[in-house]
Amino acid sequence: MRHVISVLVDNEAGVLSRVAGLFSGRGFNIESLSVAPTLNPEKSKMVITTRGNNELIEQIIKQLNKLINVIKVVHYKGKEFVEREMILVKVNAREDSRAEILRIVDIFRAKVVDVSPKSYTLELTGDRDKLEGFIDLLAPMGIVDFVRTGAVVIEREQKKRRL
Amino acid sequence: MTKIKGAEAFIETLRREGVRHIFGYPGGAVLDIFDVIMDVKDIKFILSRHEQGAVHAADGYARSSGRVGVCLVTSGPGATNTVTGIATAYMDSIPIVVFTGQVPTHLIGNDAFQEADVVGITRPCTKHNYLVKDVTDLPRIVKEAFYIARTGRPGPVLVDLPKDVMNATIKFQYPEDVSLQGYKPVYKGHAGQIKKLVDLVLKSKQPVIYAGGGVIHSNASEELRKFAHLTRIPVTTTLMGLGAFPSDDPLSLGMLGMHGTYRANMAVTYTDCLIAIGARFDDRVTGKIDEFAPKAKIVHVDIDPTSISKNVKVDIPVVGDCKLVLKDIIKALERRQEEVKELAKRLDTWHGRIEEWESKYPLRYNKGSKIKPEYVVEVLDKLTPEDTIVSTEVGQNQMWAAQFYKFRMPRLFLTSGGLGTMGYGFPAAIGAQVAFPRRTVVDIAGDGSIQMNIQELATAVQYGLPVKVIILNNSYLGMVRQWQGLFYKKRYSHTSLAVSPDFVKLADAYGARGILVEESSDVEDAIKEALKIKGPVLVDFHVDPEEDVYPMVPAGAPVSKMLLV
Ligand SMILES: Cc1ncc(C[n+]2csc(CCOP(=O)(O)OP(=O)(O)O)c2C)c(N)n1
Ligand SMILES: [Mg+2]
Repeated sequence: MRHVISVLVDNEAGVLSRVAGLFSGRGFNIESLSVAPTLNPEKSKMVITTRGNNELIEQIIKQLNKLINVIKVVHYKGKEFVEREMILVKVNAREDSRAEILRIVDIFRAKVVDVSPKSYTLELTGDRDKLEGFIDLLAPMGIVDFVRTGAVVIEREQKKRRL
Repeated sequence: MTKIKGAEAFIETLRREGVRHIFGYPGGAVLDIFDVIMDVKDIKFILSRHEQGAVHAADGYARSSGRVGVCLVTSGPGATNTVTGIATAYMDSIPIVVFTGQVPTHLIGNDAFQEADVVGITRPCTKHNYLVKDVTDLPRIVKEAFYIARTGRPGPVLVDLPKDVMNATIKFQYPEDVSLQGYKPVYKGHAGQIKKLVDLVLKSKQPVIYAGGGVIHSNASEELRKFAHLTRIPVTTTLMGLGAFPSDDPLSLGMLGMHGTYRANMAVTYTDCLIAIGARFDDRVTGKIDEFAPKAKIVHVDIDPTSISKNVKVDIPVVGDCKLVLKDIIKALERRQEEVKELAKRLDTWHGRIEEWESKYPLRYNKGSKIKPEYVVEVLDKLTPEDTIVSTEVGQNQMWAAQFYKFRMPRLFLTSGGLGTMGYGFPAAIGAQVAFPRRTVVDIAGDGSIQMNIQELATAVQYGLPVKVIILNNSYLGMVRQWQGLFYKKRYSHTSLAVSPDFVKLADAYGARGILVEESSDVEDAIKEALKIKGPVLVDFHVDPEEDVYPMVPAGAPVSKMLLV
C-alpha cells in the first residue's frame, strides 16, 4: 500500500541522512521525497511517499518520532489532503506535431517554459493521475528528457471543520 | 567575563555534569584537550590500550554504577576504533558519551590526515550524535549529549570536536536547562492502559512476568519484587534482566530463551497472561515467534514505543518508565486486595505445574574427569561476596555465567547481550572496577574472547585495578563449535584454538599474576588464591573442551522444544 507522510525536522546538516538511513536500514524504499525549509527557516518539512504494509509503516513512524531532530510526523490517510507534484518534460516538436503538443498543453493547463526549433519544454503541476495522463499523451511524440518532483501535501481544511 | 579556550570550556562542562572519570586515548586532533586534562585534578583520566577498550570500560562503568560513562579519543582511526563499543552500548541501551577529535573545520571533507566522517559512520549506532562547528554551541551540545544519553531509553551519544573549535575562545556560560523540541520521553504510563493491564492480570490463571534490562535501567527492581510478591506471579528474566529479580527468590524461574531454563520456557509457552516489562522480544528469547506465548494475552510495558508490537502483537501496550508504571500497578492492586488474594490463591495450581517442570529438567551438567566449566562458575559463585560484579565475554562462557552464577541484585552482571561482542567483558570489568574500587570484579572469559582485548591488562596493572579474569579455556571458539557440532555434522571449520598464548606467562609479561588450573580438585583453591591477590589476575582453567551449553533451543525452533542434557 502507498503511504504519504510528512516529517517536520530541524533544518540541520545530516538530518536528511538520518531520515533516509532509517528507511534504508529497515529495507524500506522511499518512492518520492521533497524537502524544503518551512516559513520558520530553522525547520524543514519533508514529504515522503513509500509503499509497505501497515505494521511496517507504523514501525517507521515510531522510529521517525524517535529521532531527536524530528519534531512531528503526520501520516496522511484517505482523501483528507491535497497532493501535488510537478514535472518538467522536454518533447520532440516536429513540424507535424507542434500543434498537437500545444493542444495537449491547453487541455491540461500546462505551460510551455522553453522553445527550440526541435523541442518544447513543458511544465505541469497536479496530482499523480493527471501527470500520468499527460505523459501518456506526450509519449508518442518522443520524450527527450523528463524530471519529476516528489509529492507535496497539505491537509484539507474541511477535515478540521468536520471534527 | 574572561574568555577561555574551547578545550577548557569542554572540561568545565564535564565538571558541571558531575563527570569523575574519562576513559580514552590521545592523538593529534585532541592534543589541546589533553593539554588541559594534564592539570585537572577532580576528573581522573584512564588511559586504555585500545580505543575499543576505552568505550567498553565507559560502558561497564555506566552499567555497574548507573552514571553516564565518558570516553575521549582522537580523530580518524581513534574514532573508528570506538565503533564496536558504541554499537555494543546502543544494542543494550547503555548511557555513554563518546567524544572524538576531528580535523579542523576548514579541512573537513578534504580527506585530511586522520579524517573520518565519524558522525556519518556512527549515525545508525548512536541514540544521537553531533558535530560541533562553532565553539559557542559547545556547552549546550555537551549538556544535551549527557541529557539524551541518560534519559528516556538510554543510549550512546557521540560528539565530534574539531581541533580549531577546541582552540577557539568563548565567554563560558553553562546552559541552565535542556530544551529539545523533538525529544520528550514519556515516563508516566497511561492511566487507562494501566487499569486494563491490572484487570487482565487479576483475571489470569497462569500469568508470567517477563522482565528485561529496562527494569535495571529504570532502577525498578524493588517495585518488580513488590509486584511479584503481592500477586505471587512467577518471574523470568532475559539475559539483560539478570539481577533485576533475585535469582534465589522462590518466584524466580531463571532466564528464558535459547539457553534459558526448561521451566521458564515452558511457563511462557503455557501462560495465559504474559507481562513483559522493559524487554523487547528479541529472537534469542522468543525462538519461533508464532509459537511464543501462543495462548497468552500479552501486556508490554516499555519506555520505547518502537519496541512495542515490533516482533509480537501486543494486547495491552503501556508506554512509560518501568519504575513509575510498576508503582502505579502496585497502587492499583493495593486498592483491590480481595481480587489480589484470590489471584494469589488461584496460582497454586500454576506453581505446582512449574515445580513439576523444574523437577523434571533442572539446570544440570554431567560430571566428568576433566574440569567442568559449569563447576568453575558454581565455585566462583560460592566464593565471591554478594556484591561482586561479574562481566562476561561472549560464547559458552557467557551462557554458563548466566546459568550458574546467581545474580541477586541489579547492576552486578555486565554482558553484551544485543550485539554479542567478544572482547567486551575484560574492559567492561575494568570500567566497573574504576567505579567500585573496593568491590570484587570478575570477568568470566573464553580463551578466544579474552584475546580480543587482552592489551587492557596493561591498563589494569597501571591503575592498580584488581580485576580477576576467569578463563574457561576449552581450546575452542566453543559456542561456534557447538553449533557446528549440532547443525553442521561436527565439521569444526576454523574453530579450534590449538595455538593460544601461555596465559600465565602472558600475565607475568604484563606485570599481572597468572594461575594455571588443570584439575577439578584445584578449582576452589585457585579461586581463593586469586581473590586474595591484590592486583589483576588471570586464572587459566583448562576445562573440558567438548562441553556444550544446555538446555538449548535451536535457532528458529519454538522455545518449548528444548534440547536437554
Ligand atoms: C567480535 C566477535 N567476533 C565473532 C563472534 C562470533 N562468536 C560468537 S561466540 C564465539 C566463540 C567465542 O569463543 P571463546 O571466547 O573461546 O568462548 P567459548 O564459547 O569457547 O566459551 C564467536 C567466534 C562474536 N560474537 N564477536
Ligand atoms: Mg573457548
